[in-house]
Amino acid sequence: MSAPSTKGRTVRRWLILTLFGVYFLVPMLASVEFSLRDVNDTHSLVSWKKLLDEPGLFETLTTSLWVAFGTVALTLILMVPTVSWVHLRRPKLRKLVEGISLLPLVIPPIVLVNGVLVVFRDVPEVISGTPVILVLEYVILALPFTYRALDAGLTAIALPTLVEAARSLGASWPAVLLRVVVPNIRSAVFGAAFLNLALVMGEYTLASILLMDTFPVWTVSTGQSEAGVSVAVSLLSLLVVFLLLFVLSMVTGRRHREVTAPIAPTPSRGHS
Amino acid sequence: MTVNSITAEAGVADPAPAAVPARPLPKRVAAWVTGHIGLLPFLAYTGVFLGAPVFMVVLGAFQDNDGVFTTENITAAMSDQFGRSFVTSIELSALTAVLGAVFGAILAQAVLGTKPDGLVRKVVSSASGVLANFGGVPLAFAFIATLGSIGIVTKALTALGFDIYAGGFSLFAFTGIAIVYVYFQIPLMVIVFTPSLEGMRDQWREAAENLGATKWQYWRHIAGPVLLPPFMASLLLLFANSFSAYATAYALTTGVVPLVPIQIGSLVSGNVVADQQNLGKALGLGMIVVVAIVMSIYNWMQRRTSRWLG
Amino acid sequence: MKRSFVGLVAGTAVLALTITACGSSGSDAPAAAGGAATATSAADLGGMDKLVEAAKAEGELNVIALPHDWANYGEILDAFKKKYGLKVNEANPEGSSQDEINAVKQLKGQTRAPDVVDLGGAFAISAAKDGLLAPYKVATFGDIADTQKDPEGNWVNDYGGFISIGYDASKVTVPPTSFADLKKPEYKGKVALNGDPTKAGAAYAGVYAAALANGGSFDDIKPGVQYFADLKKSGNFIPVQSSAATVESGQTPITLDWDYLQAGYSAKLKGKVDWKIAVPTDGVYSNYYSQGISKSAPHPAAARLWQEFLFSDEGQNLYLKGLSRPVRLPKMTEAGTVDKALLAALPAVSGDVKFPTTAQDDAAKKIIADEWAKALG
Repeated sequence: MSAPSTKGRTVRRWLILTLFGVYFLVPMLASVEFSLRDVNDTHSLVSWKKLLDEPGLFETLTTSLWVAFGTVALTLILMVPTVSWVHLRRPKLRKLVEGISLLPLVIPPIVLVNGVLVVFRDVPEVISGTPVILVLEYVILALPFTYRALDAGLTAIALPTLVEAARSLGASWPAVLLRVVVPNIRSAVFGAAFLNLALVMGEYTLASILLMDTFPVWTVSTGQSEAGVSVAVSLLSLLVVFLLLFVLSMVTGRRHREVTAPIAPTPSRGHS
Repeated sequence: MTVNSITAEAGVADPAPAAVPARPLPKRVAAWVTGHIGLLPFLAYTGVFLGAPVFMVVLGAFQDNDGVFTTENITAAMSDQFGRSFVTSIELSALTAVLGAVFGAILAQAVLGTKPDGLVRKVVSSASGVLANFGGVPLAFAFIATLGSIGIVTKALTALGFDIYAGGFSLFAFTGIAIVYVYFQIPLMVIVFTPSLEGMRDQWREAAENLGATKWQYWRHIAGPVLLPPFMASLLLLFANSFSAYATAYALTTGVVPLVPIQIGSLVSGNVVADQQNLGKALGLGMIVVVAIVMSIYNWMQRRTSRWLG
Repeated sequence: MKRSFVGLVAGTAVLALTITACGSSGSDAPAAAGGAATATSAADLGGMDKLVEAAKAEGELNVIALPHDWANYGEILDAFKKKYGLKVNEANPEGSSQDEINAVKQLKGQTRAPDVVDLGGAFAISAAKDGLLAPYKVATFGDIADTQKDPEGNWVNDYGGFISIGYDASKVTVPPTSFADLKKPEYKGKVALNGDPTKAGAAYAGVYAAALANGGSFDDIKPGVQYFADLKKSGNFIPVQSSAATVESGQTPITLDWDYLQAGYSAKLKGKVDWKIAVPTDGVYSNYYSQGISKSAPHPAAARLWQEFLFSDEGQNLYLKGLSRPVRLPKMTEAGTVDKALLAALPAVSGDVKFPTTAQDDAAKKIIADEWAKALG
C-alpha cells in the first residue's frame, strides 16, 4: 500500500464523516437554539431551568433505567444462546427465526398493545400492572434489532471452528458460550444492547397506553406546558441516553483485549 | 473454494445418529424436542408475548364489534382509500430503506477506518444508538426548525440564492418525509451492519492484492459475496422499520400523504371515528402480509444471488 | 445433555428476573364503598355530605387524558384536590377518546383503571351502548338541555367550544375573520390544522365549519374538503400539525382549532407571540365533550364526587376561565351565578348554534375518511 493512497483514503474518510456530521448535527442545533429562546426575542436557559424543576424527572428516569437493564439482560440471556444454537446446529432455521424476529417491527405498537392488553387482562396485577410487563414486551419490541445484530456478528466469525476447538480442549457448553463465543461477537452484543437500551429509553406508545410512568411518558407530559420546555426535554432525553451508551462503550472498551490472531474461517469443511 | 461456502450454510455435521426407521411417536417427539431444545426458550417466549397478542389482533380483524365472524373488515381494508396508502407506504419504505442502507454502509465503513477504541467510534456508535430510536414529534420539529418554510437551512439557502420552497420543495410532502426518515434509518444501518464489516479481515484484502486482484475483482469475488447477504438483511430491517413508522410522518403531514400506520392510528386510537378498531386490526394484518411478501422476495433474492456469486 | 443445562439456566433467569423485577406488588382492588358503585344520584347515598365522606374514605381518583392546558383542567384538578383532599392519579394526558375507552375496557378490575372519562360525542354514545358507563344524575342535572345529556345520565355534555381562527398578530398584519379571508394571498404558507380530520376532533370540526361557510350543511361536508383542497393548492394551507412549538417557531402563524385551546396558546406564549382569537363569521361550528363515570370504577364515590364538582357553579366557572363554554352557561347566566368578567372574555360568536345529529355526523366522518387524502394528496 503506497503512502499517498492511504492519505487519500484518510482525507476521503474524514470528508465523509464531516458531511454526515453536518447532516445529523444541524437539526439538533436548530432544536437547541429553539429551546434557548426566551420572551421578547432574547435567549436564556429559562426553559431548561423549568424543565429541571419539574417533579418526576428522577423517579421516572430510575424506573426507565431499571426497565432498560432488565430488558437488555433478558434479551441477551434469551437471544445469545438461541441465535448461537441456530447458527451452530440448525442453520436452516435461521430464516424462520429471522421471520419471527421481524414480526414485532411490522405490527404498529398501537395495534400490538391492544392484543397485549387482551391477552394479559387476567394475569395478576403484579405482572400486568407494574413495569414488569414492559420489560417482557420490550424484549419483543427489540427483537428485530437484536436478532439482526447478533446474526451479523455470528455470521462473521468461524463459529463451528471455535466451538469445536473449545470442546476439544474440554470446555463445557456454558464455558463455550461465555468464554469463547461471546468475546468474539462483542460488537454485535454491544450493538444489540445499545439498540435495546435506546429503544426502552425512547419507547412511548406501549408505556402510555399501559399507563406506566416511564421517562419517555414523563418527557411528553412535561412537554405539554410550553414549547421551549418540550423541545428541551426531548433534547435532554437524547443527551441522557447518549451519555448512558457512551459510558457503556467506555467501560467495556477498557476491558477490550485485541484478539490478536483472528481465526479466519477455513475454506473447506466438506460442505459447499 | 470461495468464501461463500463457509459463510452461507456453515453447519457442523449433525451429531445425532441417522434416524432409526419407524420409531414410536412419543420417542420421535422427544427426539425432535431434544434436537431443537436450543430453540424452545425462544419459541416459548415469543409464543406467549408476541404470538398471543398477534393472534388476538388477527382474530379481531375477522370479527365485527359484537364478536361475530365477518370478512367485511378485510374487504374494507382492500378498498381504494387504503389501497393507495399501502402503495405510498411501500414506496416511502423502499426509498428510505435503500437510502439508509447505502449511506449507512458508507458511514459505517468510514468509521471503521478510524482507530479502534478511539473516540470517533465510541461517539458514532452511541449517537447511532440514540438516533436510531429518535423520531416522532421531536424529530419532526427539529426538521421544521431546519428545513421548514422558515427553517435555518431554508433561510441560508435562500440567502445564497436557492429558494427551495419556490422551487417546489416542501418538508410537508413525500420528499420531505423521506429526508426526515433517513435521519433514523442511517444510524440503524450503522449499528446492524458494522459487525458484518468488522468481519472483513484485512488479510483477505492483502491476500487478494498479493495474488494480483484488482479492486473490482476483490469486491466482486470476496467482499461482495460476504457482505451482500447481511446488507440485504439489513435492508429488509430498514424497510420494515420505515413501514411501521408513524408519528414523524403524522406530525409533518397529518395524513395528507396517506400512510397505513397513520390510518390505523385514526381507527384504533383516534378522536373522530368510533367503533372501527377491528378495521384497524385488519389493516395491521395487511401490513404483516406485505412484509411477509417482501420477506419472500428477499429470501428468493438471497438464493439467486448466492448462486450467481458462486 | 449439557445444552439442556443452558436452556434450564435461561428459563430460571427469566423467572428470576420476572419475580425480582416486581418491586411493589399491586394492592387488591378496594371493595366498592357501600353502594356508591350503583348510586344514580347523591340522594342514593344519603346526600352530598355522605358522598363526600365516602369519597374521602376511598382517598383517590383515577383520571385519564386530561391535559392541563385543555379547558383549564389543570386548575380544575388542583381545585378539586384542594377542596376534598383526595389524591388524583393522572394517566396518559395525550390520550384520545378511543384510548380512554380502551383503558376502561382492558384495565377492568385493576386499581389503575380510569374512574371517569371525558369523551367526544360519538365515543360517549358508543361507550354507553357497550355498557361501560354508569348512570348518574348530578345535583344540577335539570339545568342541562335534554339534547346535551343521556336521559339516564350515562353521559352528560360538560363543556364545549367553537372552531376559531388563531393568529399571530405580529406576523399577520391583516387579521382574518372568516374562512373566506383565509384564501387571501397574503396568508400563503401560514394556515394549519391541529391534525388529521380522520383522527383529531378539532381538525374534523375545522373541515365541517369550512363546509358550513362554503355552501355546505350538516348533511354535506364535501364543500369543506374542497375548501381545504383549494387552500392547499394555492399554498395557503400547510399540512403540518400545529402545536405550541410550531406556533412559537413561527411555522404556523394561523391555526384552526377550538377557541379554548387557542386561549391556551395565548396564555402559554405571552411575551413570545401575540396570539389572538376570532370565531369565523361565515362558518360557526360548535361541539361539546361528554363526561361519564366508568361502571367498573375502582373508586366509585370519588368518581361521582368529581362529576358533582365539574357540574357545580365552581367547576363550571373554572371551565369558563379556560375560555370554554360550560354546558350550564345559559342557566347560570340567568341565575347570575356565572363569573361576569370571564363571560366577557369569551370570543364573540355570531349566529345561532346548532349541532349535527348522530346520523349526519357519522355520514360526514365516512366522507372525510374516503375523500380527505385523495383531495389533498
